Amino acid sequence: MSAPVVGTRPVLLVALAAGLTACSGNPNALDPRGEGAARIAGLWWLMFWLGTAVFVLVLVVLAVAVVGSRRRRRGRAEPDDPTLAPPPEGERSAHRLVVGLGIVMPLVILLPVMVHTFRVGADLSPVHEGGTDLTIEVIGHQFWWEIRYPDHGVVTANEVHIPVGQPVELQMTSRDVIHSFWVPNLHGKIDLIPGEDTHLHLHAHEPGEYWGICAEFCGVQHALMRILVVAHEPGDFEDWMAARAQAPPTPADPAAREGAELFLELGCAACHRVAGTPAEGTRGPDLSDLAVRRTLGAGAIENNRANLGGWVADPQALKPGNLMPPTPMSGEQLQALLAYLETLE
Amino acid sequence: MTATATGTAVEHAVLDRTWSSRPGIVGWLTAVNHKQIGLRFVVTAFGFMLVGGVLAGLIRLQLIVPRAEVLGPEAYNQVFTMHGTIMMFLFAVPMLEGLGMYFVPLMIGARDLPFPRLNAFGYWLYLGGGLILMWSFVTGSVPDGGWFAYPTLTGPEFSPDRGLDFWLLGVTMLEVSGIVGALELVVVILRHRAPGMTLSRMPIFVWSILLQGGMILLAFPAIIAASLMLEIERKFGVPFYDPTGEGNPLLWQHLFWIFGHPEVYIMLIPATGVVSAVVQTFARRPLVAYPLVVAALTAIAILSFGLWVHHMFAVGIPMLALALFSVASMLIAIPSGVQVFSWLATIWTGRVRWSTPMLFVAGFIVIFVAGGITGVMVASAPFDWQVHDSFFVVAHFHYVLFGGVVFPIFAALHYWFPKWTGRVPGEALGKASFWIMFVGFNVAFFPQHFLGFLGMPRRVYTYDPGLGWEGHNLASSLGTGVLTLGILVFMVNLAVSASRGRIAGPNPWSADTLEWAAASPPPSYNFGELPVVGAREPLWAPGVDLDERTRAVTTALRAPTAPGAREQLATTVVDAQIVEVTRLAGPSIWPLLTAAAVTVAMVGVLVDAWTLAVLAGLGVVVGLVAWLAPRSPA
Repeated sequence: MSAPVVGTRPVLLVALAAGLTACSGNPNALDPRGEGAARIAGLWWLMFWLGTAVFVLVLVVLAVAVVGSRRRRRGRAEPDDPTLAPPPEGERSAHRLVVGLGIVMPLVILLPVMVHTFRVGADLSPVHEGGTDLTIEVIGHQFWWEIRYPDHGVVTANEVHIPVGQPVELQMTSRDVIHSFWVPNLHGKIDLIPGEDTHLHLHAHEPGEYWGICAEFCGVQHALMRILVVAHEPGDFEDWMAARAQAPPTPADPAAREGAELFLELGCAACHRVAGTPAEGTRGPDLSDLAVRRTLGAGAIENNRANLGGWVADPQALKPGNLMPPTPMSGEQLQALLAYLETLE
Repeated sequence: MTATATGTAVEHAVLDRTWSSRPGIVGWLTAVNHKQIGLRFVVTAFGFMLVGGVLAGLIRLQLIVPRAEVLGPEAYNQVFTMHGTIMMFLFAVPMLEGLGMYFVPLMIGARDLPFPRLNAFGYWLYLGGGLILMWSFVTGSVPDGGWFAYPTLTGPEFSPDRGLDFWLLGVTMLEVSGIVGALELVVVILRHRAPGMTLSRMPIFVWSILLQGGMILLAFPAIIAASLMLEIERKFGVPFYDPTGEGNPLLWQHLFWIFGHPEVYIMLIPATGVVSAVVQTFARRPLVAYPLVVAALTAIAILSFGLWVHHMFAVGIPMLALALFSVASMLIAIPSGVQVFSWLATIWTGRVRWSTPMLFVAGFIVIFVAGGITGVMVASAPFDWQVHDSFFVVAHFHYVLFGGVVFPIFAALHYWFPKWTGRVPGEALGKASFWIMFVGFNVAFFPQHFLGFLGMPRRVYTYDPGLGWEGHNLASSLGTGVLTLGILVFMVNLAVSASRGRIAGPNPWSADTLEWAAASPPPSYNFGELPVVGAREPLWAPGVDLDERTRAVTTALRAPTAPGAREQLATTVVDAQIVEVTRLAGPSIWPLLTAAAVTVAMVGVLVDAWTLAVLAGLGVVVGLVAWLAPRSPA
């Protein structure tokens, strides 16, 4: 029975190699663009080749065993009487096989895996890496991410902007249930736990946009709780930070001005904050830079006027189960509100 | 050969009258015989497996293409929660305990389990807990917190509806039932083995059930305690896990995985016990390195209690602690390696017949080794940071749980079918079912490894196109269809063979263990003359020369020494020397009524009908008194 299995193995290997290198630009733990992911990918390839060797070895032993058993079976008459015990043959060499391949071989294989595990684990441990120049607070909510830059007084949501070429400390907690921060191209994941602080060092090697997703089941919209990490060249990061540190401009356009008033009147401000305005709500994402974010609803949909209108009119249609209630308003009010929201940058 | 002299027809008739359940529906409800109860566990668990399988089908249907709309987010979360819950709590453990209840007494030459009424009680409790969980589908408040039910998501604030109460109370009943079964099995194995069946002559399957029982006794109380605390938090607001009230959600994770990791081996160890039995029978030679295999099983059972943190590598525990748990988890590879190469060496030096059970075992070896290798990988904490809670882990644990537990269970169902029914299952359909399942399984689960690397987390009801996830998901869903077909073919084969299969006789596979010395199906009393064992493979060994005392005892027990007395030999733990003759309890309605009262009490708590709960609680007390009340001697 092992013949077909042995036959499919090379196919599987080819498929494996193809499957793991395809699709650059999408999340991929084996297409590392950061320190953590790179070290972990190295660990994986070591384990992959050792594991493959063990698997092939087992298949070969199985195949040889099947053939040997068949030969032995042909070589003698069939004792159908169950009381005729088959005399144990080759007991000593069989025993040696069990000890050699069952005990010694795994020990030999496991040793380098363990050593490598310790090395990578220790190197990536935030304690070991020491302090960083930039600390970012990431706070999990059902079903979005609050992102704070405490040293700069900047607050945003669902996008983490970092400079490349240096470790950045993410300090994480949760306001409600357990979430998990996972951006595969940059690093492994770490949980966000209510009442606890956890830490992760992100160290991007090259600029780019890296998608991730909440990896701990957190309720009805666990699936649409995505996170984007944008890694900038240090200069660009400074520019981004300078722009964010400014409150959004007071709208000049009359429609947008009306929208700004509606924002306060219709109750949006009960949950959302806009820097420099009386809107100080904290239950929902800070909207001070809404107009320049890539997506709405933590990666649920692209951020454009049509989607924004749809989201404000009926948030439950686009991301059912999120905590934003629908707000009744007229078409004109909606247009004014959109005009205002588009000025937030 | 063991001493299984036949006895006279009169003796058989008297034994049968003594050990039979009562006739009719009352007899069915009052039955305590280990074979009836064991078979009920097996059949009920198989039924629940089909329910869990339908839920798996729904999951794969929803994920077959991006943005599918088969299930909404709420329904999807309910479905994956119940899939995991059913497969763990209602299928795998009860199925394996049921196999143990049926076959362990036969394999060790006993006539029944030591506490037959408790055993019946365990079944009814299992059924009650299962029905409570199923009832949630009727009410619409289906548990949706995952099979791991992490607070704070499952606490009163974030899961205010009743779904989680169904889960916590139902699972608690199931775990109590599991403990009851484990008690039975541990005691029967330690105290009621056939004279001469020393520990070193015990079949590996019996070893595996003994270790499983011990693990259940140590592991299940942790989840019972954790569940009761969460239920108390939900009903009365005591903040065990709520950080706003000085509780800690990680407390649940520790308690849950102190149960949950041994749970994996509670399923796996008996499954490997089945594999050892099947390999030995079909290779037609004793298992190679029996002492090493026993040591390996014991090592796994002990080590499994020191691994729980490897489910918590991403919660921010310091690296030094993680390293210890990484090493401990990887060390499992060594006893597992011993088992795998013992089976391979047995095949190598044996003369294998490739009947269906042996095919399932060979498929098991291939899949289990693959799953074991990915198991070592996820044991490496830094690597686990990437794949934890991703589809890589889904692939990994389906390799070890479907390949490692379900394949051996299917081997066992085919292997022991003749003992249950007296008929041998068909080989053509049996082999076809194996190949379809083997191909379907790998197509369904192998691609999920890639999805993990590509960033697809577990428990997501939908995904967007363009992430490179479409092909793998499509393959996985189609493979699930093929796998389902294989399971249906397997079921058709058994259904047809039950009436049309070749008559089996006592030992159709020429196997070596004592269950094959009894008739197929076995009489109510299992053995007319109790077997005495002189070798590790008693049916392959020459007969035993009985000493005077043993002969006297086994001869005396060819019929009850007092009318209606259900008598069983008690033997010493290590050497299995005769100590005494114990008398077992007979049929009773009280286990059923007591379990029903427990179920009603749980329902009372569930719907906040506290009067009902208290009354039912009193009913439990009444039931226990009536159950235990001494009867006047017959």
